[in-house]
Amino acid sequence: MTPKRRQRLLALLGLVVLAALAVGLTGYALRSNINLFFTPSQIADGEAPVGRQIRAGGMVEKGSVVRDADSLDVRFTVTDFDSTLEITYSGILPDLFREGQGVVVVGKLADDGVLHADQVLAKHDEKYMPPEVGDALEAAGKLPAGYGSGQ
Amino acid sequence: MLPRLIPELGHFALILALGMALIQAVVPLAGAATRRPLWMAYARPMALGQFVFLLIAFFTLMASFLLDDFSVAYVADNANSMLPWYYKATAVWGSHEGSVLLWCLMLGGWSFAVSRFSRRLPRDMLARVLGVMGAVSSGFLLFVLLTSNPFARLLPDVPGEGADLNPLLQDVGLIIHPPMLYMGYVGFSVVFAFAIAALLEGRIDAAWTRWARPWTNVAWAFLTVGIALGSWWAYYELGWGGWWFWDPVENASLLPWLAGTALMHSLAVTEKRGSFKNWTALLAIFTFSLSLLGTFLVRSGVLTSVHAFANDPARGTFILVLLGLTVGVSLLIFALRAPRVAHATAFGWPSRDALLLINNILLVIMTVTVLLGTVYPLILDALNLGKISVGPPYFNTLFVPLTALLCLFMGLGPLARWKRMPGRELWRRLAVAGLGALVLGALAPLIYHGRWDPWVSLGLVLALWLVLSLARDLLDKLRQARSPATGLRRLTPAYWGMLLGHLGLAVTLVGVTVVSNYNVERNVRLAVGEQVEVAGYTFAMRSLGKRRGPNFVADVATIAVSHAGDAPFIMRPEKRVYLARRMPMTDVALSPGLWRDLYVAMGEDLGDGAWALRIQYKPFVRWLWLGALLMAAGGVLAVADRRYRRGKARASRPAGVEEVNA
Repeated sequence: MTPKRRQRLLALLGLVVLAALAVGLTGYALRSNINLFFTPSQIADGEAPVGRQIRAGGMVEKGSVVRDADSLDVRFTVTDFDSTLEITYSGILPDLFREGQGVVVVGKLADDGVLHADQVLAKHDEKYMPPEVGDALEAAGKLPAGYGSGQ
Repeated sequence: MLPRLIPELGHFALILALGMALIQAVVPLAGAATRRPLWMAYARPMALGQFVFLLIAFFTLMASFLLDDFSVAYVADNANSMLPWYYKATAVWGSHEGSVLLWCLMLGGWSFAVSRFSRRLPRDMLARVLGVMGAVSSGFLLFVLLTSNPFARLLPDVPGEGADLNPLLQDVGLIIHPPMLYMGYVGFSVVFAFAIAALLEGRIDAAWTRWARPWTNVAWAFLTVGIALGSWWAYYELGWGGWWFWDPVENASLLPWLAGTALMHSLAVTEKRGSFKNWTALLAIFTFSLSLLGTFLVRSGVLTSVHAFANDPARGTFILVLLGLTVGVSLLIFALRAPRVAHATAFGWPSRDALLLINNILLVIMTVTVLLGTVYPLILDALNLGKISVGPPYFNTLFVPLTALLCLFMGLGPLARWKRMPGRELWRRLAVAGLGALVLGALAPLIYHGRWDPWVSLGLVLALWLVLSLARDLLDKLRQARSPATGLRRLTPAYWGMLLGHLGLAVTLVGVTVVSNYNVERNVRLAVGEQVEVAGYTFAMRSLGKRRGPNFVADVATIAVSHAGDAPFIMRPEKRVYLARRMPMTDVALSPGLWRDLYVAMGEDLGDGAWALRIQYKPFVRWLWLGALLMAAGGVLAVADRRYRRGKARASRPAGVEEVNA
């Protein structure tokens, strides 16, 4: 093997090892960090995994927000006008969190069907509905008037 | 009468600019292909004319904003008569139409700059470069005129009042963030045009890289500053103290940055060693394509974020077609022409060539992983395979080890010699730096925090490794000279640029490491007269009040902060409600410092005079942005190097004979 060929072979091997490493890491990282989105109906039907991080969303039900008197704990329910999902959260809700508005939460479902959220996302636009929520509501034919599809 | 016609003037100017861009695209390229000097000579005046008319269009839109002309739909949607004048002026790029206009203006500006500063370029090269830029410009001007006309009128029902600028965007960070970012995005069009021109000509040589490098550096520096500003803006404006969210929109700006960083380094190899030519051209194409992809992601409405204004599917389709055409045509040219410019130069291991190759491979892998994490959910969604989101853990899992590897080799690079360097010599020069970094980095968390932490140590070891190896290199260079003074004088701006750039990364690395691991955050319920302690600081709520601003009303909390016997100081976070949109906004109170930031944001009114407060102690957070500024300064400083200003006659002199440079 000429030195030039050996050099090429080494470079190629290095490349393959690096690429394999990257692919392996990517696959691993993607598998363990994808958050699937579920609607309250899907969760009610038991489609969502318990104890794994998921995303869920819907409209916050009017009058459902209950704050704890001396901590930052808060409970509320979201609905897709078919089923409802109870959510607990501890911390500060986003500026645009409102009853009757769409939100997306990220958290883990407990055995009793309550979702413990680590993150509550609301958008800086009062007409905004998270696209997942909008699509899900539209598919169920329950999109409230005044909201465009996916918007 | 005249003020009412201003938007039409802008519209006409935009159409004229498109006409000139089309001529600039077609005539000089045809002239270069058929060797007609007269046709090639069209390039420069057209670049000038296009820029002038774009300036007119841009400033007429600004005038419409300043004059509260709500008959213009874009003005009515994004301004309000109560808005302060400086936000009216900058609201021009506060939403979709205007920001694409700004994009075009900057492209026109870069074309003009190329035509102005590249007089020494051979005539057909200049014609081709400007021709390619004209083609890109035509595409974007068509996009503006056909799908996002900022001058569209609301006639005859002119609204009496505008809907106001999104309050999130009423901020000094926004005034400068988009222009900087766009300067970077668009700036990469120059090196892209240079690459296409060189491929068309079938020649990439040292002279070509000397023309292309300064443009790449400047664009890269702008992009660096733009990204840093975006991170800084998110930090204090969004009210929860994060500085990087791995949000698809942030990733969209990181992608061309990573590719551009690889490009800068591969250009260095092409200039000094004449190798990596095809690779450099390909990277130039990819960097600009990723800029376009970023524009597509942000502007098409496929992502939902503060940045995604447009939800008109026609716009998304148009940019996607534009992106497809650019990538397709340039890759076709590459495929046809690349074999002509190929040139291999042998090099051994270890050598600077090999290390830069590793740098490029790692940066490309990083780009690909970020790209994958960003577009994977979009592709699944488009194929109706389910809605997923890829969270920050994905990016962190991949980015941390890759960055660690990158830094490891980055410490070796500047000390290694081109072509071949005995491993023993490299080891001899770097053993002290390596050991020093290991020991200091391992001990630092113990001294700083009293407890060892592997992640903090890893970050600090890498940062110290970068700094110490650079210091060693500088020291060696000064020792070789007769006296340190002559040694200093002999160092070129390019070398200082490299030094600053690498140092900047080390500084950012320290910031990321420390703030990620030692950040203290507490969400508390606080009423007047109560106090809470966070990270050794006592926060006492003195009073709650109300305040009226130009276009908002606010609840203001007055909080006295005291720390270990120092005199207490006051922080005043606000919760604002913007009147036109009835939109609440958190205005954060910051106590900035080089070593730590204190961060207080108001959450919600909990009743009974109590508020939810988010209080954070963020050590070293400023280092993040300081490092980015150093990197950008390094990129600009390198442009000042003498070799980029040499005339054509001297350009043929062999480079690097007596120079000590990067």
